[in-house]
This record gives sequence, C-alpha cells and structure tokens, in this order.
Amino acid sequence: MAKVDLVNALPAPRSTVLVLALRGLVFVIVLVLPLVLDSYLLSLAILILFWGLLGQGWNIMGGYAGQFSFGHAAFYGLGAYTSTWLLVNAGVNPWIGMLAGGLVAVVFGLFTGFLTFRYGLRGPYFALATFAFAEMLRLIAINWEVVNKSRGIQVPLRGTDSLLAFQFETTKVPYYYIILGMVLFTLALTYWIDHSKLGYYFKAIRENEEAAAALGVNPLRYKLLAMSISAFITAMGGTFYSQYLLFIDPEIVFGPQASVEILLRPIIGGAGTVLGPIVGALLLTPLSEFARTLLREPPGFLALLRGHAGTDMMVFGALLIVTIILMPSGLVGWVAKHWNRLVKR
Amino acid sequence: MIVVALVAYVVVFHWNDLANWWKLNNIVLRQALVSGFLIGGIYSLIATGLTLIFGVLGIINFAHGAMMTIGMYITFWAFQLFGVDPYVSVIITVPALFLIGAVIQKLTIQPVMAAPAHNQLLLTLGIAIFIENLLLVLFTGDTRAVQTDYAGARFFAVDTMISLPRVWAFLGGLIVAGILYLILTRTDLGKAIRAVAEEKEGAALMGIDTERISLITFGLGAACAGAAGSLIMPFFTATPTMGETFNIMAFVVVVLGGMGNIPGALLGGIIVGITESLGAVFLPGSSKQLGVFIVFILVLLFHPTGLLGRRSG
Repeated sequence: MAKVDLVNALPAPRSTVLVLALRGLVFVIVLVLPLVLDSYLLSLAILILFWGLLGQGWNIMGGYAGQFSFGHAAFYGLGAYTSTWLLVNAGVNPWIGMLAGGLVAVVFGLFTGFLTFRYGLRGPYFALATFAFAEMLRLIAINWEVVNKSRGIQVPLRGTDSLLAFQFETTKVPYYYIILGMVLFTLALTYWIDHSKLGYYFKAIRENEEAAAALGVNPLRYKLLAMSISAFITAMGGTFYSQYLLFIDPEIVFGPQASVEILLRPIIGGAGTVLGPIVGALLLTPLSEFARTLLREPPGFLALLRGHAGTDMMVFGALLIVTIILMPSGLVGWVAKHWNRLVKR
Repeated sequence: MIVVALVAYVVVFHWNDLANWWKLNNIVLRQALVSGFLIGGIYSLIATGLTLIFGVLGIINFAHGAMMTIGMYITFWAFQLFGVDPYVSVIITVPALFLIGAVIQKLTIQPVMAAPAHNQLLLTLGIAIFIENLLLVLFTGDTRAVQTDYAGARFFAVDTMISLPRVWAFLGGLIVAGILYLILTRTDLGKAIRAVAEEKEGAALMGIDTERISLITFGLGAACAGAAGSLIMPFFTATPTMGETFNIMAFVVVVLGGMGNIPGALLGGIIVGITESLGAVFLPGSSKQLGVFIVFILVLLFHPTGLLGRRSG
C-alpha cells in the first residue's frame, strides 16, 4: 500500500516560500471565516471541522497504524455519553467531562485492543471485531436505565453563553473556534507523528508487522498506542457533538452509521496522510449537505425527483463507488501522484 | 471452548431462569429453540453466499444484505403483478441476482481487486447504500408483504408451535446451500473456484481464468442472497433497509463457521439463530442480539479461524 506524502511531493526549495504563503493565507481565511459566513454556512463549516476531527482520530489508527476500525462509534459514543452523563447527573463541567470521556475511551480501547491484538486479529477480522464491540455498547446503552435507555440524554439549557460551561445559545461562532482549535491541535499532532520515529513505527507495522517486529518494533505496544490516541481524539469529538447539538441517543452516537461516517472522510481524502481527513471532510460534508437540500427541494428541471426520498443518498453512494475506483489512495494521494507527473514534464 | 463459555454464562447469570425452566417445563424456551433453529437455516443460506465470496475474492461484502432485499422485492412484485408463488419465484430471483451480482462485480469490484482491503470494504458499503436508496426511490419506504393462504399454517409437536412457512424456508435454504456445495465439490467449475480460493496465482498459472471465476463466484453468492429473499418473503415484510440486520447476522455466522467455509456457515447459522432467539427470552428489552455479539467476540478471541475453519496459513 503505497502512501504518498503531499508535503514531500510538493516541488521543494523554489516554491517553499509560495507554499508557506499559501498556508498562511489559508490560516488567516480560516480564522476570519465566521465573521463573514451566514448562519447556514457557519454550521456547515462547523460540521466540516467536526468530521475532520473525527476523521483525524480514525486516521491515526486506521491510516497510519493500518488497523482498520469499523467501530469507532464505540469511542465516539463513550466520549459523548461520559461527559453528558457526568454533566447531567453530577454537574461535572463538560471540559472535565471531555477529558474523562477521553480516558474512558482510552481504557475501553486498551481493553478491546489488548484482547483483539493479543489473539492476532487482523484485517477483516479486526474490523468485524471492532464493529461488534461498538454494537454491544449500542445495545447496552439501549437497555440501560442509568443512561435513559433509547430515550437518550438531553443536555440541560443554561440560558446563558459561557465558554467555561461549553454552551452557547445565541451564537455558533464560539463552537467554530473550539472545534477549529481541536482540529489544529490534532493536525499538529498528526504532522508530528508523520515525521517522528513513532510514525515510522506505525507505518512499519502497517506495511509488514512481522518485519517490523523482527527489527525490534513491539507491534502490540505501538498498536495499542495508536488505538489510545485515536480513541481519545474520537471521544473528544463525541463530547463536542453533545455540547453542540445538546442531545445524544444510542443510535446517533453508537450506531453503525456513526462508524461509517467517521471512516468515510479520511479514506476518501487519503488514509495515512496528514491532510487526508480534512480534505475528505471538506469534500464530502458539503456534498452530502447540498445533495440533501438540492434533491429534497429540487429546482424546476429536476422536479421529477420531488418526493422521492433517498435520491440524495443514492447519488452519495454512487459517488462513493466512483471515487474509490478512480482514486484508490484517496484524493490527497491522487493529487500528489499527478502533481509529480506534472512537475516531471 | 465457546460452548463451555456460553454454558458458563447461562449457568452463572441465568441460574434462576434455568431452574424455572426445569420446574415449569417452559414452553417459551422450547418455542424459542425451535424458531431460532428455523431462522438459523436462513442465516446459513445468506452466510453461505457471503463466505463463498470471502473465500474466493477475499472481500467482506457489505452489500450482501441489500442483495437479499432485491430478492425480496422481486418476489413481492412477481406475486403482486403475476401471482407467482414466493417459493416458485426462487427460479426468478436466483438467475436475476446472479446477473446483478455479476454486473456489480464486473463494474465495481474487479477494478479494486488490487486496492487495499479498506477500499474494498468501503466500496461494498457504497454499493449497499446505493441499492438501499435505489429501492427507496423506486418503491418508497412502505412495508411490502405477500398475502398467501398458507402464511399462518402451522403444526404442533408436543405443545410447541411450528410455523410451516419457516420450515419450508429452512428446508429451502438447506437445499440451495446443498446445491451450491455440490457445484463446488462435483463440477469442474467448482474445482476451479476452489482452486482460486486456495491459491489464486497458482490457479492462474494452471490456466484458470481467475477474473471469470471471481465474476461467477460473486454471482453465485448474490444468487444465494436472492434465494433467501424469496424464501423468507411469506413471513417477513420487505423494506429497503431490511437486509442490514441480516447482513450483520450473516457476518457473525461467517466468522463463527470460519471465513470461506461452507459447512461452517451452515452450522454457524443455526448457532446464531438459536443464540438470538434465546437472547430474546433471557435478555431484557430489545437486546436479543447482544448474546450473538458476545458469542461472536468470544469466537474471534479464542478461535478466530472459526468452528470449522482451517488453520490460517
């Protein structure tokens, strides 16, 4: 599985200044964006960053360490449920709840990871095992009175905007900066992993676990480490979701749909690349939102589609199929490959 | 090992239930065992197709349940428009799904055979999303059922009610799986399929057209799902997302029986069917599948090659 690094693929020294300037420009745009966007576009931007964050969480384990998780909803849901339950039942501050949720997810990840890795589950077997773990959590949540069964938990409204309490009613802008901060942090973390010894260990395990072990990399230890980092980030995303939309239930946060949504974007963007999850989120999130609004309330020339629920998801499925066939290493990998070809010419 | 764990689980956590059962000679439990056994036959049939595809193509097909749903809709419309009996419509759904499966394989799966496994997985997921929503667009989300005069037919064996359509579905499932097994073991085509499953490059060197075999295998797997769709139509209603639950159960069955192992899929189907319906009796609320997942994880952990699986090489 050849991974192409976009940063290294860019033509070096001459254009470094250009690349830096571009990065600076993107950064500034991202910072001032909420000041110019209307409410709809702002919530779209928040969604993009939100899915980008979850994708980055998945990417560290699924992309870098090559452990394909099909059950990241487990971590996502644990993060959402832990912080929300603590807030509602013990009045614990959601920021502390977020850390607690992250830790719970890490413990769960270490436990399930130890069991599955210890017995040498790989590839499809590992994917199905993670799926089963997430499904178990969903079924437990549905039947457990302590977490309100399938009724879910509502985050109580405070009536005031407060950064400390992680809740804003009059404006969405703070949510934007919070999720942006989280994304930048994980982006930096991923960049560091990509360029550090740790990243090479992860990639070595992904490419050939036996060879990595023979060279002195302890696969179990590093796979568990990848799982922990991944679990923590994903759980943080869960808490953000809960504080942003103020309601969670087992289906939303533990359901298979969540697992799929989490892994979709990093794979389309490019698994095992720094930018892949963000690129995937940037591409797929508006696409699915626009497809939804466009096809549910179609303009005149598409009127025949009116009233046909499912058209949007059908188009989405078709696009997914085409993208995977045409860009097997994701959008980032595809761009990097063609960039090289252009430069050589 | 797994059986011991399961028995231990039941004994430890459900001792009282067990005692009650012996005391009251619980009809509910026997009823659950019978209906679990019968639905297990359908799980076996769906899983047979899934395990065959995995064995030959090395792909976990997430669209398998959706293909079963196509079979259900074909059966429904054949009945509705032309009055074709659901059991008779097997002769329509099998070739139709074989064709659909072959086209899907040719157009979408063949191009990604060399891609990383997670791409293949996501691709079949995309196919499932596409099929489910295509069905939703074409036939809306209304539940569709066929009204046959034998839908309620039943007989009693020692005060346990046995539904006849479920018995026919069970037997039909065994027959289709049996035919598939005969094709695999007794024909040249079957020999070629098994050769590709065993050693793809070796098979190619022996002059077997592996692409064609992959195509046929995917078609056969889809045909199994289609047959299952017809057989369950007398007692299930069709909705576009109907296949999802069956898909998940079929995964469990496949792992339980050993991936790529057809007799294993038959055995696994019955175990999963019984576990699920026992779960409905013992476990609270709507968590009947929890028991299935527990068994699933125990198998993955202690015997990942499955009950009848070969040692992984």
